[in-house]
Amino acid sequence: MQVQRVSGVMLRIYYLMRSSFTRVFPLFAWAAIDIVLWGFITKYLNVVTKASFDFVPTLLGAVLLWDFFTRAMFGVSTSFFEDVWSRNFLNLFSTPLTVAEYLMGLIVSSVVTSAFGLTIMLIIASLAFHLSLLSYGIWFLPFVLVLFLFGIALGIIAIGIILRFGPSAEWFIWPLPAILAPVAAVFYPVSVLPPVIQPIARIMPASYVFEGMRALLAGHAVPEGTLALGAGLAIIDVLLACWFFRTMYLRAVRTGLIARYSAESVT
Amino acid sequence: MDQNETVLAVRDLKKHYGKIAAVDSISFHVNRNEIVGLLGPNGAGKTTTINMLLGVLSPTSGTIEIEGIDIAKYRSRALERTNFAAVYAPLPGNLTVVQNLRVFGLLYRVRNLFERIEELLQTFDLIQFRNTKSGVLSSGEQTRLGLAKALINSPDLLLLDEPTASLDPSAAQEIRQTIRDFAREHSIGILWTSHNMYEVADVCDRVLFLSKGNILIEGDPKSLPNEHGKQTLEELFITVAREPLTLEKQV
Repeated sequence: MQVQRVSGVMLRIYYLMRSSFTRVFPLFAWAAIDIVLWGFITKYLNVVTKASFDFVPTLLGAVLLWDFFTRAMFGVSTSFFEDVWSRNFLNLFSTPLTVAEYLMGLIVSSVVTSAFGLTIMLIIASLAFHLSLLSYGIWFLPFVLVLFLFGIALGIIAIGIILRFGPSAEWFIWPLPAILAPVAAVFYPVSVLPPVIQPIARIMPASYVFEGMRALLAGHAVPEGTLALGAGLAIIDVLLACWFFRTMYLRAVRTGLIARYSAESVT
Repeated sequence: MDQNETVLAVRDLKKHYGKIAAVDSISFHVNRNEIVGLLGPNGAGKTTTINMLLGVLSPTSGTIEIEGIDIAKYRSRALERTNFAAVYAPLPGNLTVVQNLRVFGLLYRVRNLFERIEELLQTFDLIQFRNTKSGVLSSGEQTRLGLAKALINSPDLLLLDEPTASLDPSAAQEIRQTIRDFAREHSIGILWTSHNMYEVADVCDRVLFLSKGNILIEGDPKSLPNEHGKQTLEELFITVAREPLTLEKQV
């Protein structure tokens, strides 16, 4: 893997971000709106339930972490869309750039953009709704890491789908986090889900993070073993996603779709 | 350096889509200091061939070696020595001229990139457009930018797919001269497709006529028409396009 080529992919994304407010704005805007909305909901729930239980770190923390996961995923997929929208595939893939270098460029760019989004969300959540990271302690880091890996994996799968089905498949990608959220146990335990859906939740690394978060906030110990299982699943997901993208890429090279991508299909 | 050293060797290259042969077992080579014209009517297989040479389309069978490096086995190494420009592949319009050259310079791992970019801006008369978004350049300026990108890594093999198609005759003549000067100075090999037979006769040392995925005839563009009973290269082209069977396959 050549660092210069990876930095070429990243530099392109940086230039686009630097010159365009419309690209920077979504990094935090929708997540910030989510934080504000759920911030008020949690405040209201705290009032009406009069419970000793504090909804802020549970619900608002879950929203914040799920939005971070979404940003990590879109960090990969929107950078890929830039090459789709500017019809850059022929120029890009006729360079010595390898698939691994291209993916690495997208992933590192996503680290930067999602970290930026997370910082803004944390500032809003702590200033406006007194969400404190201290509630999670050191566990915040593995939570974020697992969600980041899972977001990256989903982002890579998403761009593999786009490469396979053409630019119009973009509309499958945007709602993906919303489709996954109900089975990822973001706001409620896996045990609440119907038994047939629970196995799906168990193979999603995100469910272990949110289960761990709820255990921690309920005063229990974070189940380290299951969180490690979540991390292991996330790593496997990233590897499978890279394999999937490479397979789609090789198929596109075999069929000639890379060179005629705007046609969406060569048949 | 051996002046006749082969930079591109293509052997028995085939690309089949089901039962349709887009390229059907072609073999050819390009030497250093040589500009080879790849000619043929629309749909003859020229762009399919170029896409295979660029590694964006895998052949059904056959081999491609660039500077002796098999592109199927060592794609990155082979493509580091290659570059291309085509009228249908403009650089991203949302980056400026300099930004595009920096990005592609990094992708090709160009040494002394900033100096190289300044040289190319000078050579292709793009200095006043350095901070202009590529998408707002005229088609002629975009062509010059595409050629600057194509030369950024000082390739040993340059693939040009109708490089002057969108240029006026004066600009096209200047571009041809620039490319020829570069080719002579750096001893590179060029594969050049064009539908402008005047241009082909002007720049190419050798031409390959492609028809229905096969190389039909090959030779010096200046003597080839006479050898086939035609007055001009254009007349020969029209015969290849309309009545390929009347020409004896000579390759």
